[in-house]
This record gives sequence, structure tokens and C-alpha cells, in this order.
Amino acid sequence: MANFYLDNPSLKHHLQHPLMKRIVELKERNYADKDNFDYAPVDFEDAMDSYDKVLEIVGEICGDIIWPNAESVDHDGPTVENGRVTYAKGTQQNLEAVRKAGLMGIAMPRRYNGLNFPIVPYIMAADLVARADAGFENLWGLQDCAETLYEFGNEDQHKRFIPRVCAGETMSMDLTEPDAGSDLQAVMLKATYSEKDGCWYLNGVKRFITNGDADIHLVLARSEEGTKDARGLSMFVYDKRDGGVNVRRIENKMGIKGSPTCELVYKNAKAELCGDRKLGLIKYVMGLMNGARLGIMAQAVGISEAACREGLAYARERKQFGKAIIEFPAVYEMLALMRAKADASRSMLYETARFVDMYKALDDISKERKLTPEERTEMKYYGKLADAFTPMGKGITTEYANQNAYDAIQIHGGSGFMKDYACERLYRDARITNIYEGTTQLQVVAAIRHVTTGTYLNRVREYEAMTYKPELEYLKKKLIAMTNAYEKLVATITETKDGEHLDFHARRLVESATHCVFGYLLLQDANADDSFRRSAEVYINYGHAEIKKIESYINEFSVEDLGFYKA
Amino acid sequence: MSLRIIVLAKQVPDTRNVGKDAMKADGTVNRAALPAIFNPEDLNALEQALRLKDAHPGATVTLLTMGPGRAAEIIREGLYRGADGGFLLTDRAFAGADTLATSYALSMAIRKIKEYDIILCGRQAIDGDTAQVGPQVAEKLGLNQVTYAEDIFNVKDGKVTVKRRLERGIEIVEAPLPIVVTVNGSAPDCRPRNAKLVQKYKHAKTVTEKQEATADYLELFSTRPYLNLQEWSVADVNADVKQCGLSGSPTKVKRIENVIFQAKESKTLLPTDGAIDELMKELIANHTIG
Repeated sequence: MANFYLDNPSLKHHLQHPLMKRIVELKERNYADKDNFDYAPVDFEDAMDSYDKVLEIVGEICGDIIWPNAESVDHDGPTVENGRVTYAKGTQQNLEAVRKAGLMGIAMPRRYNGLNFPIVPYIMAADLVARADAGFENLWGLQDCAETLYEFGNEDQHKRFIPRVCAGETMSMDLTEPDAGSDLQAVMLKATYSEKDGCWYLNGVKRFITNGDADIHLVLARSEEGTKDARGLSMFVYDKRDGGVNVRRIENKMGIKGSPTCELVYKNAKAELCGDRKLGLIKYVMGLMNGARLGIMAQAVGISEAACREGLAYARERKQFGKAIIEFPAVYEMLALMRAKADASRSMLYETARFVDMYKALDDISKERKLTPEERTEMKYYGKLADAFTPMGKGITTEYANQNAYDAIQIHGGSGFMKDYACERLYRDARITNIYEGTTQLQVVAAIRHVTTGTYLNRVREYEAMTYKPELEYLKKKLIAMTNAYEKLVATITETKDGEHLDFHARRLVESATHCVFGYLLLQDANADDSFRRSAEVYINYGHAEIKKIESYINEFSVEDLGFYKA
Repeated sequence: MSLRIIVLAKQVPDTRNVGKDAMKADGTVNRAALPAIFNPEDLNALEQALRLKDAHPGATVTLLTMGPGRAAEIIREGLYRGADGGFLLTDRAFAGADTLATSYALSMAIRKIKEYDIILCGRQAIDGDTAQVGPQVAEKLGLNQVTYAEDIFNVKDGKVTVKRRLERGIEIVEAPLPIVVTVNGSAPDCRPRNAKLVQKYKHAKTVTEKQEATADYLELFSTRPYLNLQEWSVADVNADVKQCGLSGSPTKVKRIENVIFQAKESKTLLPTDGAIDELMKELIANHTIG
């Protein structure tokens, strides 16, 4: 009887961000669909109202079906027999509900039966689903692959595949192999073109494939014989109806147990090329990964939220020494910081989603007509921000999800270590978020150039230039001090002109930038809505202290110290 | 021939949390004090209707509800889930109706709809818990009825096969159409609202709703006729005013109270298999479980 959308007012707050007006206008091409589709909005308010109403459906399904099923799904998990996967009973019910509710293909254009929603409401749905069951969010969130198919496939492929996704068929992205994990250039799955049949055939093995028995697969394979690097890889679409791919086994994982992680064997599996040859990894998978990273951020935010709620509920109810444990400073501090991290993560998620929305909508329009010079500048600006914010957000929000899940157990004490409470599942589910779709260490590699080139600093200075209520001024002063300290730290490290030294401190620098960004985002939230005041205070206090710590570490570190750390 | 299904649905106060002001001085329910919801078992009935529609292409599902203006929400909720249309019976003269007056009004409306094969409704509504309206409608229309339905297996050759949930088991019955079927709460839950249908029908309004000051998007109604929700008055369904509403209702509620079940005594059991076995036997014997 819970509605995960209605019981969390911060979602509506993020949905109503001022930039939405421009995003919706671009996405809806000035509401041109209204005469052709009975479910298309007629104006901005109508579109926003639709997002709100659809999210209410998502929230209801999450509260009434997905969350109550999560425990049994975690326990039962999927099974594999004769090369085919059977989902847990609860997973089947969840899928049935989201299909009936028409929640597949949310971001796809209406001409392919999608809802044509921008990324922001789509990601909000992912946030909700992840709070209910992070493992199920994986299956549902793989509709992201349709986005890649839409971006890089041809019109014929759009027409054949996207409506199927909108009707509820699931997808997978088959990238990794036993010897190609983080380093995808090493992918060896072989794609051979048959002149006789006029199609491609795939042969080889893929490993760690989420939802590997999906209806429609995007596959990264080596199409150029004799090559060894990224330039020999292309992207393919494999349709399960054609056959040729079997599931050899499913992994027995620590968390997200409802989501089948498969080892796939391709035996002359018929496939078709998606996009151009040789651009598979260089262009398409990079695009796919950015979208997927945003999805993992949403998953992290959902888990953080669930962990906060589980921790809070228990701390209020559990009595020790004659009072509820929430009354003890050691406990309420933990809870306040958990809430602040969850709120900061969520603000980052939607800030990033808006950048992606702006960039993608303009990019999509550029396929229909030439962009104006202003629009091109706008697209470049948001594209760069999306590039910078995605790794920072993915990297840090997933770490926070882990910390929140850890603290949720801590609040439960011994009971949290037992299987009786949801917090232990959250803890196990959280653990993969900072690993897959690029570990935090790899997110730092992607983010560090935005530290050295000043993308983050420039954005933070833009936040600084915004006006805030007088009563928030002192928080802003603190943030200015944090920003100055960050700027100085970057200078200290880059001045040494030592690449290894920079790599060594990269995470500390990215974290410092993150504290400034997250702090300002919460300040803006508090500026618009007083209910965020507490999280802004708590987070800025925390970030301020963390930067001091990093400052002390870096300032007292010399390049020669690296020697002590080397293996 | 396509199957024509009518679903009788009621907007009810959410009696799961009854407060002091739940009843008015005249013994009728104070609807303003309680949030209005779709009667739960009517949702089970709607799901059965939608499943029949899924299984029989071309079948239509029409909702019929009686209530104040805001009960139009029931029709919208049905449209959001896949119903094809609906009628709101609304008139001051319908107000204060007991089951007799309600079933009279509904049966008159069904006569007006005229063509139907199956009439589905929930077993009972959570505000009255009488379980009388469905059977009374069947009697007034001279139709067969199957109560406590949990599943409708199939409709073929003018006959329907229904699984009934009884106190000590199930019963499978077959009956000729047209028929009234009341659906039990143990039947499958209703499907969620559909994202596209919500966007399609969210502006749907009755004439009365269109006249409200806050009404918006009125320009859409000329190009999207499906947004017009039908309202029927006593006169529209050719009903006799004296048999409607309070004047047609012999039932008078004297008092309602919120009963809280509380354990009066406790019992300490030894933590042995034998003691648990004894307890289980006792609970089964006094029908607490099983």
C-alpha cells in the first residue's frame, strides 16, 4: 500500500527543475506529436503532469509489488535449464506488472510506441525501481539498450526492434568476455560475414552478461579478422528468435541475485550489424556505457534511499537503555549523514540527467535539421558537462550507496547481520554498483581530466554566481572556502608535472571536486525548498572536513613517498 | 459476436481507517471525512473483465457507477486500465441509497445500456459489506447469477465457466449468458494503470466537471470525443424517483463502531514440539486458522 513516488517529496522537487521547460520543449519538438498520438502532451504543463502521473504508477508498482517481492526474488533467484533462463516467480510478476503498465521503452519516440519521456523522468523511474529492488532495476533498466539502438541503428532496425522493446521484450548488452573485462579492446567474440547468406555469424563466449537470455541483444564482436585492438570491433544485434546463443551457466552472486548474470555460448548465431563497422567500441559502446552509468547512478541512489529508510525506521523503533536508539548522538549522526549523502547523490543524479537530456535532445534534432549556432553551442556546453558529471556521479554516488548500506546494518546491530531485515540485502546489492559499468577507480580516470582542464571548477564557479537566500549565505561562504582549497590542491599536484603523482592523488582530487559540486547542489535544493536545509548543512559540514583531510594529506605528501606504496 | 461486459463499480470511503466523524447524524456515511477509493473487490471484478477482453478480441468493457460527481474518477480509473467507456449515475435523487435503491438504479441503467452478456461486480463494498447489490441487480433483471467468483475460465457457445471460492473449497459452475457474476477478493489483483492510457484519458471529464472553474484543456473535447464522460440522471434511466435514494431505502443504520480485536488473555507455551503441536490443534479446532 506504499507509493514510492508519493512518499518521497524530493522526487517532485527534482522533476520541477527550471531547466525542464527547455528539455521538454526540445524533446517534444514544440508538442508536434499532439495531433498524431492520443497520449502526447499538448503543452509543457500537460507533459509535466503526464510525467507526474506515470511516476505515480511506477511508485505504486514499486511499493505494492516489487518491494514486497524483493526478499523472495533474492532468495529464489533465476535458474537455467537447457540453455534458457527462468526468472524467479517474483521477477516474473514484476515484469508482468511493468509490461501491463506500459513502462518499457519509456524514452523511445512515440512512432515506435514509446512514451517519448526525457531522461529525467525515465531515470526517476529507475531511482524508484532500484529502491524497491536493485536487481530488478537491472532487468528493467536494460531498456537503455533501445536508446543505443535508436541512436546508432538504421531506420529499418528501429522499426523492427524498438516496438518490441516498448511492448515489453527485454534486452542485454553483451560486452565482456573471460579475458575482456575493464579492457574491452581485448574482445575476441568472432563475427564472420557470409556472402552466401548475406548476414553475419557470431561465434565465441561472453561472460558476466546481465540478463543474458534477453529477447534482443546488442553484441560487441570482432568483425575485422587479424586485428587485436578497439578498431577491429563492431556492434551487432542478435535476435533470440533466430537462435544460436545458449546460456551455459548463471553466476552465483553476492547481490542483485534476481538478475541473471550469464555465460553465453555463441554458435553460428545469426546477427546483423548495428551502425558502421569498426565503430563498435570506439563510438557505440562508449555511448552505451555513459547511458548505463547514469542508470547505475540511479540504482545507487535507490539503494541509498532504501538504506536511509530502513535505518531510520529501525532506529525509531528499537529501544535500548530506556529510549529509542535514534536519540543517541552516535546514531542520529549516522542517520543524518546517510540522509545527506542520499540527498546529495539524488541531486547529482538529476543534475547529470538534465545535462544528458539537453545534449541528447539537441543531438537528435541535429539528425532532422541543421542546428542554429546557439543550439550548437548549447549542445557542446551540455555535452561536456554530461561527460564530466557522469563519471563523478557514478563514482561517488555508488560509494555512498555502499556506505549507507553499511551504516544501515550498523544501526540494526546484530539484527542487521541476520537475514531477517532488508538492510543485509541492500548491503549485498550495493556492493556491485561501484564495480560494474566501470569501477570507481576507472570513473576517476575518466573524471580526472575534468579536474585538470577545469570543467568542474568552472561549473562550481557558475553555481557560486547564482543567488541564494540571505540565511544560506554562510553555507555559501563555506563552499567558497572549499572551492578555493580544491583549486589550490589541483595546482599543487599539477605543478609537479608528474603523471604518476597525479594518478596517485586523482581520487582525492575528484572527491574534493565532488564535495564542492554536491554541496552546491544541496544549497540550491535548500534555496528552493527548506526541507533540504538539513541535508545541505550536514553535507557541507562533512565535505568541508573531508577537504581539510585531503588538504593535509596532499600537502604533507612528497613525490618520493610514492616509493613506499609501490608493489 | 463480441462479448459485451459491464462492470459495476463503486467509489467507497476508505474504511480501513475509520475515525469518529465517519458517520453523519442521519446514519449515512460521511464521505467527505474519508478518502475515496475504488472499492477493492470491484477492482478484482474489473481485472476479470479485462482478462476476458484480452482473451476475446473485440470484447468491450463498460463501467457503471453511481455516486456524486467526483465518482467520475471511477470511470477514469477503469479507462486507465483498459476499459472502453463508462457511465456515471449521478443525481441528488440517488443520494442516501441502500442496497435496494442502489440495485434498482443500477438495473435501470443496465436496461438503458440494453446490450450486454456479462455483468461483473465485486462481491461486496467495504463501506457496507452487505454483498447484496450484485445479487439484487441479477434478480431485478431476471438474470442468472454466480457469486464468489475467483476466476472466469472461459466463455463459449453462450455459456460461461466460473470458479467459485467457498468457505471449504472451490466449486466450478457453468451457466448460460447473460449473467451477473460477483467477484471475490481472492481473485487476482487488478492490473496497474497503463502509462499510455493515463496520458490519453487524464483529461476526460463529465459535463458537470467541465463546468468547474478549475477545468482545463476544454478545447481538446471537440477533437477527442472519447474524453467526454457520460452522466445519467434519474430521468435519463427512466427511473421512478420514489424508488431511488433515501426515499427508496428502507434500511436505516442505527450506529457504527470501530471494533478493535484485542487479545484478552495470554498463554505461555513450553518451547517444545509437543506444545506447539497442541497449540496448532487448538487453533485449528476453534477455526482461528485452517
